[in-house]
Amino acid sequence: MLMWLGFPIIVIFSCKKETETPEPIIEDKEPTPVTWIKPAHFPDPVYDMSRNPLTEEGVELGRFLFYDGILSRTNQIGCGTCHQQVAAFTHHGHELSHGVDDLLGTRNSPAVQNLAWNPSFFWDGGVHDLDLLPFNPIENPVEMGEKVQNVITKLKSTPVANAKKPVDYPAMFKKAFGTEEINSERMMKALSQFMLTMVSANSKYDYYVKGDVTAFKAQEKEGLVLFKNKCSSCHSGELFTDFSFRNNGLVPIKVNDQGRFAVTGTETDKYKFKVPSLRNAGLTAPYMHDGRYRTLEEVLDHYSDSIHSSATLDPIFIKSDGKTGIALTAAEKQSIVAFLRTLSDEQFVKDAKLSDPGVGTSF
Amino acid sequence: MKSLFTFCAYLFAGAFILTLSACSDSEPSPTAASGITLEFDNVVGDKNLVLSGPSNTNAFGEDFVITKFNYFISNIKLLRSDGTSHVIPQDSSYFLIQEDNKESQFIKLKNVPVGDYSGVEFMVGVDSLRSTSPIEKRKGVLDPGGTMEDGMYWAWNSGYIFLKMEGTSSKATSANGKFYYHIGLFGGFDTKTVNNTRIVKLEFGSSKASVTAEEVPEVHLLVDALKVFNGPGTNLSIAQNNTVMSQQAAKSQEIANNYAKMFTLDHIHN
Repeated sequence: MLMWLGFPIIVIFSCKKETETPEPIIEDKEPTPVTWIKPAHFPDPVYDMSRNPLTEEGVELGRFLFYDGILSRTNQIGCGTCHQQVAAFTHHGHELSHGVDDLLGTRNSPAVQNLAWNPSFFWDGGVHDLDLLPFNPIENPVEMGEKVQNVITKLKSTPVANAKKPVDYPAMFKKAFGTEEINSERMMKALSQFMLTMVSANSKYDYYVKGDVTAFKAQEKEGLVLFKNKCSSCHSGELFTDFSFRNNGLVPIKVNDQGRFAVTGTETDKYKFKVPSLRNAGLTAPYMHDGRYRTLEEVLDHYSDSIHSSATLDPIFIKSDGKTGIALTAAEKQSIVAFLRTLSDEQFVKDAKLSDPGVGTSF
Repeated sequence: MKSLFTFCAYLFAGAFILTLSACSDSEPSPTAASGITLEFDNVVGDKNLVLSGPSNTNAFGEDFVITKFNYFISNIKLLRSDGTSHVIPQDSSYFLIQEDNKESQFIKLKNVPVGDYSGVEFMVGVDSLRSTSPIEKRKGVLDPGGTMEDGMYWAWNSGYIFLKMEGTSSKATSANGKFYYHIGLFGGFDTKTVNNTRIVKLEFGSSKASVTAEEVPEVHLLVDALKVFNGPGTNLSIAQNNTVMSQQAAKSQEIANNYAKMFTLDHIHN
């Protein structure tokens, strides 16, 4: 009986042996999974983390890649150069950002925060997948001015002895992904892992909305009510944006940036830009897609007094009498600004886990 | 006991057959699938295309010299005269033809069932599904950070450039005397855009591509870059349209209608 059963098993084994090479023995430990926790009052994220499960090693690799100037042609400009933590990952004080060789861009650096919820990226929504986002700044000639393929080549030849802080990327990729192979999928997924951890949900507003009524002063409460009435049709929900593209009545500047139109080619999309989240708005000056307004007060003055009428102006800015703008008194504006400042998340901008590991630059 | 014995006998017989077939999979078999090669031979009118080579003339009488000519071929189907077809598996069906890379001009399809093929169908460009797929589905020529020659991908507006034709002309209106045609747009991710993918169907007429166990036929296609200028979609003038990229959707559609007609069968080596 045993003979009958045993014989075919031996045959199968001998057949397999000839066609397969033995698997290498993996001695290194598996990466440690990270439990990504959704803030209770936030909606479900858009990013599918099952495709790219977060690990401590992957997030850490992503943090190094985020800050390291090696991503740029000059090895000087990292993501963190124009997305500085102290300013909620914007380019503090810069209307437009300067990349490699001080070349100037045409749009204001947006906050890198809560990206897990973004259905599209950039002011024009030209990129729809977080994993595809970094190709844009890396390859934009006035941002990092580099080719991703060349970044991969450079990463493979690390550690570089004369680097600001020598980093052994092949070793880090091995820890995060099991082997030293560096390719664009791994590079982008590591960057995504880190960026997915950049969650801002611990502002004064968040404490208030979660039940701590003492967190808000009277003016801030008034501001919240006014905000809900006057602003929240676009800056809606807990992310403070509906992620739509709208023309908010800005007079086009010299560069005549037509926003969303560049992506869709649809006439009705001319001069439309993405409604930005207002989280950390108090930290992300200057404002608008071209950084034209220095303060939140100037922004509110725009909405009350300076809406420029054009064919694609969002109808929400047209009042019943045909005039444009949102009716706001000076006192109301002050209350709204007071409320907006409650969206500043001090924990987020000081979180050591999100900070430069010593490879970054800021100009 | 008898039934147990019978069961074991069947088990043995079954395992033995399984073992045989598992072993024979790795051996070449007389009825196993073979291959077919599609050559994309780029020409200008009746002349071979030579990058930075001799000057040519379009329908507007404008002189031009092509310096770059790349395009994506995807979603290949081999057609049979009985109306059936062999579809190349999706993951193996994306190719980037580059005039400056001879090897890229020969699409070597493997595991093609033995038989006679009467035509071929393919897409110029990258279909919307693959254009919006996650990064792990973007390998080889589709890897935006891979070996893709000098950018057949719009990083700022996630999408592939289906056809890139650049060159010089005395009629160019640009500062450097060059013209640039970068045609892409797959239909849009969430907002509809124009769709410049084009399906090309070429019947081989009286010719056949006969795939046998021993023979890999070579289907020699001519791809006429002049048709990008002179076509049914539009007659493209360098002076009037020096540069067409993603911002001139209507014009890019006309050019796509042109490149849909630039492929012809020259001959088949069986």
